[in-house]
Amino acid sequence: MAEKKTLRQEFTKGFLIENPVLRLVLGTCPTLAISTSVTGSVGMGISASLVLIGSNVVISLLRKVIPDKVRIPAYVIIIASFVSIVQMLVKAFAPAIDEQLGIYLPLIVVNCIILGRAEAFAGKNSVLASAIDGIGMGIGFTAAIVGMSIIREFLGSGSLAGMPILPASIPPMTIFILPPGGFFVYGVMMALANKLSEKKGLPKAELKGCEHCPMNDACAVRPLKEEEEAKGKKGGKAS
Amino acid sequence: MTFDKKLTVSASPHLRNGVTTTGIMLDVIIALFPASAAAVILFGYRTLAVMAVTIASALLSEYITVKILKKPGTLSDLSAVVTGLILALNLPASIPLWMAAIGSVVAIVVVKQFFGGLGQNYVNPALMGRIVLFVSFPAAMSKWTNALAQGGVEAVTTATPLALLKDLGAGNSVSELAAIGSLPGLWQMFCGVRPGSMGEVCIAALLFGGLYLLVRKVISPAIPFAYIGTVALIMLIAGKGDLNFLAYEIMGGGLILGAFFMATDYATSPANTKGRIIFGIGCGIITSVIRLFANMPEGVSFSILLMNILVPHIERITAVKPFGTLKEPKKKKGEAK
Repeated sequence: MAEKKTLRQEFTKGFLIENPVLRLVLGTCPTLAISTSVTGSVGMGISASLVLIGSNVVISLLRKVIPDKVRIPAYVIIIASFVSIVQMLVKAFAPAIDEQLGIYLPLIVVNCIILGRAEAFAGKNSVLASAIDGIGMGIGFTAAIVGMSIIREFLGSGSLAGMPILPASIPPMTIFILPPGGFFVYGVMMALANKLSEKKGLPKAELKGCEHCPMNDACAVRPLKEEEEAKGKKGGKAS
Repeated sequence: MTFDKKLTVSASPHLRNGVTTTGIMLDVIIALFPASAAAVILFGYRTLAVMAVTIASALLSEYITVKILKKPGTLSDLSAVVTGLILALNLPASIPLWMAAIGSVVAIVVVKQFFGGLGQNYVNPALMGRIVLFVSFPAAMSKWTNALAQGGVEAVTTATPLALLKDLGAGNSVSELAAIGSLPGLWQMFCGVRPGSMGEVCIAALLFGGLYLLVRKVISPAIPFAYIGTVALIMLIAGKGDLNFLAYEIMGGGLILGAFFMATDYATSPANTKGRIIFGIGCGIITSVIRLFANMPEGVSFSILLMNILVPHIERITAVKPFGTLKEPKKKKGEAK
């Protein structure tokens, strides 16, 4: 995150290199829960992307006004208002999708991708860059969840977007629309994304601790942790 | 492995005992032979086709994954053959052949090779293959045909003895059920004339194979005995001392097959005797709890799978102290710091 990227790079990084689902491992819950059907996934991808773009722009606009200490509640309020707008739109114009997404539509509020991008990017970058980042990340998220749902719906229900593909004589592998199948497809897709970025000479996604996290300088937990550790050490010495 | 160098340089002790992976796997295949033969006699020649399909698809998927992932080949050590054969013995005889092939592919590609190949898998591949099939195709996986059925394999579809025991209503005792003829007699249970998976029914053949493995010291007695013993004890209590019920519970389902051939898999069971006993008791408890209280009649495969996952933790608490080291002095309260 140190070197300055061009706008083009900001746009395309969300596709693969920093794909929110497959490389940053954010937004796992909706991805696993929704990717059982293609229509639901498209709906989820588009609504989450809209919220992401909107909140990225507004947070970037307000980044100098929001005090650092209360930034998380402020971000959540901005995100929540966009989620409400999107939810009302979906309810009004695509009630079928609203029914399919159920509780996961309002739960976009707590989607890690959106808060993550707000923290890591929109909170310290220009409006244009934030909007482009939001569009790129949204496309990355949508592509990942739709890709997963195509595999899962085809193998698990024998259909695509609700249309039956396999003949009725072949029973589909139900496990793919159950949670274990979801985790399995997710794991394989992550491995593929790792392999593809390895080919491009990029580092693998690995857990390397706080200092390698893209959100390190903006992290809300790290200072608390350090403070606690420091306290713990002092306490230890005193006794 | 075929790619072993001629000279191996390693730290002492320089002992060699001639035990090879291939040799062990060959022993397991020999031990499974009576059960496989019994399956062919009891369920007809279709079982041969199922076995051929699972073994062939296991070998083929192993070959392809090894080629794609560029790993040293483990085709010649027969481990894929064992996986395929055990999977086949865990399936009902009427299973469609393409489903059996999917089971093998899952076992080899997902469970074995994705986790690093032979010895790196943390759950038993054949069992996982069976469970994936069971969850995916519940109808085909619980279509039991009666052994020695008249008119070929497709003839009769009946409930397994364990399913019958599960529905044991008030007033019907085990011996009454056996008298009506809905439950096979104890001697029939022992010989395998009952509905069930291909390889689990013939207790005599399984015990014969298990004994061979014990005599050849391929497996240690700790896991099978702790496992079967725990189930026996719990069933004795659950049946209020009814020995008939106990006998049906021990011989029904896949308990004997699981205890001797699947729970003892090297890569997925603890390394020392203490750990193995804990492992066996855990399997026994989970199996009994599933049989008695869950809505499935059988729980052997799930119990072994769950205990497989716990193996690293069992290993940690039963770790032996290396020779020549002192026991770590126990820290007393207040003494620390």
